[in-house]
Amino acid sequence: MLTFLIRRVIGAALVCLAVTFIVFVIFIVVPGGDPAQRIAGKNATQQNIINIRHSWGFDQPFYVQYWDMLKKMFNGDLVSYTSQQNVVGQIVQGMPATFSLTIGAGIIWLFFGILVGVISAVTAGRLSDRLITVFALIGISMPVFWLGIVARYYFAEGGIATVFPDGEYYPISQNPAQWFWHLLLPWVVLAVLFIGFYGRVLRGNILDAINEDYVRTAKAKGLSPRRILIKHVLRTSLIPIVTLFGLDFAGVLGGGAILTETVFDLHGVGQYAAQSINNFDLPPIMGVTMYGAFFIVTFSVLVDLFYAYLDPRIRPS
Amino acid sequence: MAERLLDVEDLAVHFATEDGLVRAVDGVSFGLDRGQVLGIVGESGSGKSVTAMTLMGLTRGVNAKFEGAVRYQGKDLLQISDREMQDYRGNEIGMIFQDPMTSLNPVYRVGEQIVEAIRAHDHVDRRRARRRAVELLKQVGIPNPESRVDDFPHQFSGGMRQRAMIAMALSCNPAILIADEPTTALDVTIQAQIIELIGRLKDDFDSAVIMITHDLGVVADIADEIMVMYAGRVVERGATRDVFYDPQMPYTWGLLGSIPRLDRPRPERLYSIKGTPPSLINAPRGCKFRPRCPHAFDKCMEEPKLEQRVETAGHLDRCWLDVTFKREHRDAMIAGESTEAA
Repeated sequence: MLTFLIRRVIGAALVCLAVTFIVFVIFIVVPGGDPAQRIAGKNATQQNIINIRHSWGFDQPFYVQYWDMLKKMFNGDLVSYTSQQNVVGQIVQGMPATFSLTIGAGIIWLFFGILVGVISAVTAGRLSDRLITVFALIGISMPVFWLGIVARYYFAEGGIATVFPDGEYYPISQNPAQWFWHLLLPWVVLAVLFIGFYGRVLRGNILDAINEDYVRTAKAKGLSPRRILIKHVLRTSLIPIVTLFGLDFAGVLGGGAILTETVFDLHGVGQYAAQSINNFDLPPIMGVTMYGAFFIVTFSVLVDLFYAYLDPRIRPS
Repeated sequence: MAERLLDVEDLAVHFATEDGLVRAVDGVSFGLDRGQVLGIVGESGSGKSVTAMTLMGLTRGVNAKFEGAVRYQGKDLLQISDREMQDYRGNEIGMIFQDPMTSLNPVYRVGEQIVEAIRAHDHVDRRRARRRAVELLKQVGIPNPESRVDDFPHQFSGGMRQRAMIAMALSCNPAILIADEPTTALDVTIQAQIIELIGRLKDDFDSAVIMITHDLGVVADIADEIMVMYAGRVVERGATRDVFYDPQMPYTWGLLGSIPRLDRPRPERLYSIKGTPPSLINAPRGCKFRPRCPHAFDKCMEEPKLEQRVETAGHLDRCWLDVTFKREHRDAMIAGESTEAA
């Protein structure tokens, strides 16, 4: 078990490194990415640019630059090309908003995704199942930027029916009620897509599991339908949902909810990433990528561990 | 006379499907006494499994339609609610299935699954249920039951899993044990052990057994009575000895001919019944075996009733052929193909 863990952690670290390297190389290759020109501004002379290039180290070979950047990233003195602000500081600043968004939305989408999946599987073929299917497909098909803007238009401050405050993150330490109130709309908007998707996946898994021989055995033992569903059907059906949730949750935590964060102006990590990409600003992009990759690989290790707990057949002996 | 446990009267099970009405079981009647072993034999799709599962209420569903009666100690199991049926499953009638690999839930310990079966009907605490599970595993011949009880199914071999399934099915001491092809998925060397085990436990638990198989050889030693099914109906029924030594249905001859036997001259090839079982949606007119029967004649266009045509009481069949003619001609089919060609 321990060797398994160590192997996974080393692997995870390598994946993170590889990801930053790929991002770096892409950035070098992409045209128009000369950071010296951007730093120098519109009216810079050629000499200015050369000076900047030298003082920032852009005239070094790319592997030296990469190594330099990695060093700075781990020292915490990675600095943005455009705003000259410290990248780690910016990410840390965005984390409360991103974490609040992810955890709240994650709870909502997991709970309702499972609920929707179970209800539609249990009533498969009947009206409730068909209605849920239609709503799930609508949910999956609605893009976040559209749904977010519509939600703001109708329910947020200045909208048609003012129920919620309009955007922006409110720190939980200052006022938990306000924090909750500000986040409710983004949570729901982000969760809608996942609810529809998880519901569909779970429905299929349950309908497969119901036909398993061991479910027939459970029935032949004289167990109640509810017990069969919870103990024998759901246990196996939820295994794929665990993977999905682990990776989706990590993705959003790592700044993946760019659209939601931007639409609701939450100033989270995702929004920071979006701005940096717009500005062709390599250091923050590297920083956010490393940050995101960290969550993805961490959660995939966690998912593997949880898997082994759920399914004894894959436990490393 | 032994206690009557089960009376199946004119049972019909039909399923509505997209292609039409599947008459999976049609007019099946039989009885079962305590301590008796009934073998139900037939090919895939002959309705033997559906019959057995119907006794347990496992075929219930929106598309299923039942006729006739399944009387368990006088109570018609077709008429009771799903909730009431739960009390019979496992408690009064236990069942083991064909594939022990997939019939146990892979994510729960074997002991836990037996404990669950015990606690579904007996209100005992976990510790006592667990002790009983260990005891049951010992009875079915699992070595070191105290430690194996905490194993997962994948840590058991195929034969051991089937033993665990038997332990589970017997955990509430049911009056009837239904074994649906219990040996089909097992190694030949294990098959005999399992059959022997079922025979022994039947006496220990004072139960009756319904053994379903496509292999007459499996039930030869253990069954008191054999019921041969074809296309959803019983085509021959009688004491095991009579069905083996005086078979009346050409279909039974085919089944007998398909078992290798050491007590007869070896044929070049075992007999195989030509063709495939008929569709249960559009069954052939008259005798259902007619299209595959080498001895079919005009009268077979009309379906014969299941009745006694030989001297032995209780030996019934559905065949128009003359008994003396059959006794003269059946050996060719039973003995195998080299004899037929000669």
